[in-house]
Amino acid sequence: MSEGYRTSPGQPGVPGNSASTSSAPDGEGKKVTHEKLDGQELSKEEKQRLRKEKKQQKKTRRQDKTTDDGNSFSTDGKNKQQQQQKTSTTNTATGDTPVGNEKGTAGRSKAEFRAERKAKQENRAKQSKKADQSQPAALGKTKSVPSEPQLVVKRLPDHIQADDPAALKKLAKKLERQQVPLRQDYGSKVILFLHLHQYSRKMPLTQQLTIPSTVLHPAIVRLGLQYSQGIIIGSNARCIALLHAFKQVIRDYSTPPREELSRDLVNKLKPDISFLNQCRSLSASMGNAIKFIKKEISNIARSMREEEAKEVLLQCIDKYVNEKIHLAAEAISKSASEKINDGDVILVYGCSSLVSFILCDAHKAKKFKVVVVDSRPKLEGRETLRRLVRNGIHCTYVLISAVSYILPEFRLAIFGFALPALWPRTPACCTLGHLLPQSTDAQTAGSERGLNPGAGDPDDLLVTRNGSTPLKNWHANSKLHLLNLVYDVTPPDFVDLVITDLGMIPCTSVPVVLRVKNVE
Amino acid sequence: MNYVESPSRFTAPPPGAEREENLKMEFQAVLMAAGGGSRMMDLTSNIPKPLLLVGNKPLIWYPLNLMERLGFEEVIVVTTREVQKQLPQMDSKMKLDTVCIPEDTDMGTADSLRQIHGKIKTDVLVVSCDLITDAALHEVIDLFRAHDATVSMLMRKAHDFTEPVPGQKGKNKEAEQRDFVGVDDTCKRLLFMANEADLDDELVIRKSLMQKYPRMHIKTALVDAHLYCMKKWVLDFLLENKSFMSIRGELIPYLVRKQFSAPSSSQLSKADANEDQKRGPKSIDIFSFAKEDDLLNLAREKSFWNDHHGDMNDPYHGTKLRCYVHIMKEGICYRVNTLASYIEANRQAPKFMPALSQEESLIHPSAQIADTSMIGADSMVGYMTKVAENTSIKRSIIGASCTVKEKVKIANSIIMQNVTFEEGCCIQGSVICSGAVIEKGADLKDCLVGSTQCVDAKSKHVNEVIVGNDRLMEI
Repeated sequence: MSEGYRTSPGQPGVPGNSASTSSAPDGEGKKVTHEKLDGQELSKEEKQRLRKEKKQQKKTRRQDKTTDDGNSFSTDGKNKQQQQQKTSTTNTATGDTPVGNEKGTAGRSKAEFRAERKAKQENRAKQSKKADQSQPAALGKTKSVPSEPQLVVKRLPDHIQADDPAALKKLAKKLERQQVPLRQDYGSKVILFLHLHQYSRKMPLTQQLTIPSTVLHPAIVRLGLQYSQGIIIGSNARCIALLHAFKQVIRDYSTPPREELSRDLVNKLKPDISFLNQCRSLSASMGNAIKFIKKEISNIARSMREEEAKEVLLQCIDKYVNEKIHLAAEAISKSASEKINDGDVILVYGCSSLVSFILCDAHKAKKFKVVVVDSRPKLEGRETLRRLVRNGIHCTYVLISAVSYILPEFRLAIFGFALPALWPRTPACCTLGHLLPQSTDAQTAGSERGLNPGAGDPDDLLVTRNGSTPLKNWHANSKLHLLNLVYDVTPPDFVDLVITDLGMIPCTSVPVVLRVKNVE
Repeated sequence: MNYVESPSRFTAPPPGAEREENLKMEFQAVLMAAGGGSRMMDLTSNIPKPLLLVGNKPLIWYPLNLMERLGFEEVIVVTTREVQKQLPQMDSKMKLDTVCIPEDTDMGTADSLRQIHGKIKTDVLVVSCDLITDAALHEVIDLFRAHDATVSMLMRKAHDFTEPVPGQKGKNKEAEQRDFVGVDDTCKRLLFMANEADLDDELVIRKSLMQKYPRMHIKTALVDAHLYCMKKWVLDFLLENKSFMSIRGELIPYLVRKQFSAPSSSQLSKADANEDQKRGPKSIDIFSFAKEDDLLNLAREKSFWNDHHGDMNDPYHGTKLRCYVHIMKEGICYRVNTLASYIEANRQAPKFMPALSQEESLIHPSAQIADTSMIGADSMVGYMTKVAENTSIKRSIIGASCTVKEKVKIANSIIMQNVTFEEGCCIQGSVICSGAVIEKGADLKDCLVGSTQCVDAKSKHVNEVIVGNDRLMEI
């Protein structure tokens, strides 16, 4: 069942998605792999579809072999080799097809395949005798092309390719073009996590910016700073703050002559978005908001005057906030409160604005107690605790090391979708071990892509007690590397129910929902 | 020393792109250069303070250079007419928008801000002309941005002045009024600010403040750099409330105090509010100027971040006004407003000048220096200065167009422009203002020679201030 991620039992902390990058021997530019960002397995339907595609590929390959001997064989041979390499490194079902590889960005194979095709065409032209045979072959080829699977070959996002020099160079070039500074990694990284960027809060990106910044709007600079310093955390908060900043950008924007608002404004937003990405990786909710805004901007009619267009955009943003955040929260809260019974003891972990909202809402009607589990280094459970207690809910606060001791106490565990700290699966795992129900809340606004793994500021791990900081000089020791992982993935087995604004669904239906939403 | 990295890569706009009309400016820079230098009248009697030379550059060059390094392209300079004439000589790449105020009026810095209120459209960065620093200003500005602060400023632990100051008998302390600055545990948030002059015998701290911030550090030996990032609505408030004259003396302590006081008339009924207005402009509530955005508040509410722990209060204790300070640990930060700091700044000038202006060397290329003269490595010689044979110049700064004749020994001194040294003089630890003439064989130790004064031949002076008779009459 659980082939969607690869973890050996003794390592709960390894994110299940990035394994393919660290061990790929393929030294070419970009690596093409199938990527499972959120560790969810392929659903049965997807697996069947992939099997069918593979069979079709084999058929077409056999057809090709009979008509064109040498050329196709070598092509396939090469592609087979690549396929083999990739299967040894990917951890998912091998949906790679030779044609899929062509589509991929392994440059050499694409060029070579083009060369092969040209040679084939020349051969066909020469061999007029085989014209009849080659025609059906060509037809066969063209037929095979449309019957290819509409596989979306996902590329690895930039933020987990910190050890790939080509990806880094490409990113640096892009940022330079947009005049956004590149953030330097900090400290020595643990070998296993070299692919993650590791930034320090003490070296903010603003050091490299001029004060009256020429390309970035001041509201965006402010926002980036607040993200990188952890003043605005949580996917909802980040999304709202982003939209607020965009509103200011739109208000202060004036169309240059000979340009159109619908095209120019989108271009103006690009460096802003790159900057924010450098400050802190964009979250799923932010990505959705950005897509929404870009779509709205490009839909502005040419005939609209500038003020009118701006008004329309600002109203759209307000509507988005209202719908996706407020109303969604209320919908989730209603469904969730059905699951909460009087006298329950509920476990929450870390901080999630949605979970707190649900609990505070449910508290108005029902009586229950809450156990807040917290963990270093951020200790964000304290803030959850404060808000719940202020609302009059009876709370207990424990650190994560105590989870196994409190297991017999609680009945239900509610987690937010973007769990912002390491090892949220530990309470999940533990609870499953005791067969207790769990539910995760997700807003579709924030659930499109998976969670982004990242390495946080290693200096956060330093702790000063009684005036002494044991790790103070960790830089001096060349063999010592500090790692502060943020984000983790929870295996879907441990989650009983996902509560979304579209209703309560089992874990296995999440990809379906996402796909349906994508189509919209 | 942590110099600001020159962010030159990002200053030029992309080719073909529209300039600032499309982008909102984050800050406007204001340089206050109208001060009189009241604490060093000996030096500033003939020359306005912004034009005093430090390291052979006028004092006003340093803040202008700072702003240029930061990337500002325009600066509003508030100054007097005399200084305005000299401004083009600074050859700064920025556009200087000068606002003149008449010289004899007693205008404070807050009054100057009121005058230029019409030009200000965004948040301001106010700098004083006597600031010499290499601080990384992005720290101050980041505090301002990240916490949406009302005002944010720069301070540094005071340098110890070790050099003897001419004219001062005995120990240094002329009982300068100390400033008490209270900061929170992170040393970022300003909780308390008072000057000794305003307090009677005791320091009074409100209990509500102690409840919110149980740990407060009070520091007295801090130098305030007089560099402030302020929100635009503070200027709007200043415009309405005309009782403030000085930013540092009155406005900042007021803002710090108001951080923790409740908004006064927010819950009054309309009738009472009208009465308030009738009572007079004194009760203008600053909180009415502080505008907050709904969406931003919502974002903050959803974000689980707090700047303090252990109590049930919201982040920032729910205060709308927030004052922050960045306290520098290393680096230079001088405010040249006393003789002692002037001397100290000059002493250190050869060390920090090369970083601030790379093209210039310590010894100006046009200076004519004889071969047998010995000039120490940390001395500076100005433009067109002539130094004759057998002279020895150690740890000194010599200004432009000076003449140093043979066998002159100058050590640890600061010499301004157009000074003539006849043969055989011996100068130690002194400050010689412009236009002075030191006759043959004079021996000066720890002295201050005023402008255009003449020191008699073969005279010996130790620890004296030599100024003209007309100056002596001013009390």
